[in-house]
Amino acid sequence: MIEFIMNGLKVRAEEGWTVLEAARFYGLEIPTLCYNEGLTPWGGCRLCLVEIGERPKAKLVSSCTYRAEEGLVVRTDTKRVWTARRMMVELMIAMAPGSKQLQDLASQFGVTQVRFKPKNEECILCGLCVRMCAEQMDGRAIGFQNRGHKRKISTPFDIRSEECRLCGACIYICPACQLRCQGPQAETVLCNSCLTMDPSCLDHFDDLQCWMYDAGRCGTCVREKPTAGK
Amino acid sequence: MASKKQDIQSIIRKHKGLKKNLIAILLDIQSEHNYLPPESLRYVAAGLDTPLIDIVGVATFYRAFSLTPRGKHTCLVCTGTACHVRGGSRILDEFERKLEVGSGQTTKDGQVTLETVACLGCCAIGPVVVVDGEYHRRASIRNVGQILGKYRKPETPPAKPQKSRPAKSPAS
Repeated sequence: MIEFIMNGLKVRAEEGWTVLEAARFYGLEIPTLCYNEGLTPWGGCRLCLVEIGERPKAKLVSSCTYRAEEGLVVRTDTKRVWTARRMMVELMIAMAPGSKQLQDLASQFGVTQVRFKPKNEECILCGLCVRMCAEQMDGRAIGFQNRGHKRKISTPFDIRSEECRLCGACIYICPACQLRCQGPQAETVLCNSCLTMDPSCLDHFDDLQCWMYDAGRCGTCVREKPTAGK
Repeated sequence: MASKKQDIQSIIRKHKGLKKNLIAILLDIQSEHNYLPPESLRYVAAGLDTPLIDIVGVATFYRAFSLTPRGKHTCLVCTGTACHVRGGSRILDEFERKLEVGSGQTTKDGQVTLETVACLGCCAIGPVVVVDGEYHRRASIRNVGQILGKYRKPETPPAKPQKSRPAKSPAS
């Protein structure tokens, strides 16, 4: 057993646990996109950043790849961490504005503006599908290609791979594939409907009249959109 | 086809069939064929017992490798900071216009591959153009044709110079 401090609390973790696993064990919420329990940690999305060490020497590390160690001091939700997470969400939304998961995160962290040119690539290069294909499906049909701004995930030579069995696991696990509530061709880059959870149907009824999965999450009944950035 | 497969297998054997020698193997194939033909990557994947996607990932990652056939001559135009402020990008434009290809592409006759490079480390003589390892110092739009002519003419005497000359004359 390892003992360390997380958000001021003394916590215990098994040898070999990552900071993220320990935090989840204690019920602390750390957002992730490229992490999945069944796959090797990747540390690509940088959403699970936490601050370790004492200031001014504290540094940001990705908790999904950082092993818990004796005497570690972790803080999961500092201003610095949130600023970094907001920036990551903003950057990723610019890459894939059509993703519901990213839009939800934006509302959760109060990201109200996207200062980057939306690229509509609908892929954030989190590598979940690549790892899913290789580790769980034993397929190795897709992988990263090129580099820099041309980096992409595809099959060899962009044709159907012989290794691919069309199992669909890559689509199942993709965080960018679930379309946002207003559909793929939404007018705005940022949705932010969940920022103002004030459904108008409650003026007339006792219960929410929403039959969708996340009640009120569709944003159609929300009265006012927040003014961006102010 | 069959001989090609054997060629590649002998290259892999030369490198002891080790996965860590992948880059060396690909470089050898490239120096033999001038580029990396798609089927050769399949042979490498089979020979090294590695997923094809990993081989493709490496082959597309490095700029030293090309998956499309390259020209006889490689023309590098520096667009690094020092060469850029001295007009490197305009020289690139002129090359693109003269060769009728974009950067990273090969002319239709398969003679010249045009590429850009970020910095060659000899900024003092910039803007620099390198053709087949030969450095051309202080290149300018005016001597683009001269540089090209040096490499294109002797290779294909009958047809190609005629092709490039009419393109040259209205420019200069």
